[in-house]
Amino acid sequence: MRAGDELAPLEVAITRTLIVAGAVASRDYQDVHHDPEAARAKGSPDIFMNILTTNGLVGRFITDHFGPTAVLRRVAIRLGVPNRPGDTMVLRGTVEEVDGDTAVVRVTGENGIGRHVTGTVTVTVPVLVPVPGTGEEAR
Amino acid sequence: MSGTEEARDALEARLKAYEGRPAATAGAGRDPVNAPMIRHWCEAIGDTNPAYTGPDAIAPPTMLQAWTMGGLGGHAGRAPAYEELLALLDEAGCTAVVATDCEQEYVRPLRPGDEITFDTVIESVSDRKTTKLGTGHFVTTRTVVRVAGEPAGVHRFRILKYAPARREPGPSGRQERRPRPVINRDNAGFWEGVRRHRLLIQRCTACGTLRFPWLPGCASCGAQEWDTVQACGDGTVYSYVVMHHPPFPAFSPPFAVGLIELAEGVRIVSDVVGVPYDKVRIGMSVRLEFRRYDEELVLPVFQGTAA
Repeated sequence: MRAGDELAPLEVAITRTLIVAGAVASRDYQDVHHDPEAARAKGSPDIFMNILTTNGLVGRFITDHFGPTAVLRRVAIRLGVPNRPGDTMVLRGTVEEVDGDTAVVRVTGENGIGRHVTGTVTVTVPVLVPVPGTGEEAR
Repeated sequence: MSGTEEARDALEARLKAYEGRPAATAGAGRDPVNAPMIRHWCEAIGDTNPAYTGPDAIAPPTMLQAWTMGGLGGHAGRAPAYEELLALLDEAGCTAVVATDCEQEYVRPLRPGDEITFDTVIESVSDRKTTKLGTGHFVTTRTVVRVAGEPAGVHRFRILKYAPARREPGPSGRQERRPRPVINRDNAGFWEGVRRHRLLIQRCTACGTLRFPWLPGCASCGAQEWDTVQACGDGTVYSYVVMHHPPFPAFSPPFAVGLIELAEGVRIVSDVVGVPYDKVRIGMSVRLEFRRYDEELVLPVFQGTAA
């Protein structure tokens, strides 16, 4: 884990099912996240992903990479263009800084119309440190 | 400073007054942190992290906000100040909402069985901002989520409350223009006045009666000679209609059309601007101003002054 490391990109197919399942799992019943007609009435050509789902995908992207022992400390995201059905978002990440077992990762998510999300994630990854003389490893 | 700017400043001062006030006080999660909701979330997100299953499961930290959501049951614990702020923005035409930022810090993991409470403060309300979506105000809230009184996470959330940008230009591919006035020998003097930002009223030189709109002769005595008086610009709404349908190119319904009684006593039909269409009232004081709609069209309109 070093500054400059790049994470393997994660491709996310933006299906209607993902948008609706994410909205309902996050208890967000705003109609623009499940009702295309209501979304059109509000000026959007279709439903679009809610911010909580994007937040969850960013968290997943980081823990997929660093493994189940990774502990998310902070996730900060800003949304740009919407994630609408039929699109694909590619999440990319670069380790910006490392301080001991804690890293700050810069994340972007691009889809077919532009940048959907930018953000930073602070994650702690417990490392196995050899304890001298014992032949054992301590966390 | 124009009346429009004054109205905007007044609104911004009212919005700023909400900074620091509570948006939710002692809110409680609808459900304790629980395995089924965690599983539904993980299925939706496609998250197979083993940390979120089994006897020692923790909730995905990014679910923090989900535990505070009211769902279809509504937002229990939402404070009146927050409802007022949202209503004030709705009244100002900022009826649409979109989330723009989410910043979460996780103090300790949430586990099934944890019962969360939360307090939310309105951290800031921005000045008027124009974005691609439309013009509006960013509202930032900060929520502290607690378990047994101890902080478990902090959630800062920013939404944009905005008036949707005027949509597609007309079929010509560009913004439709307002209809042109029909200018003839009888009313040319009126439009010449408008061009010079003067609202001119005809006055019969025989009997002194003021008349509007412009006509060739006096309805009172029949004389054809006239001169003009410049309107001082003060008026009141004598009556009005709200135009909803059908939509015309270059107009965005609903909008208010006023019959304005000028201080001089004559009446003129024109737009009432600067107040929401549903706030226009009979008797409301208005003030003349000249608005440019395109490179060749200037019209006299009336700025409402809300009571």
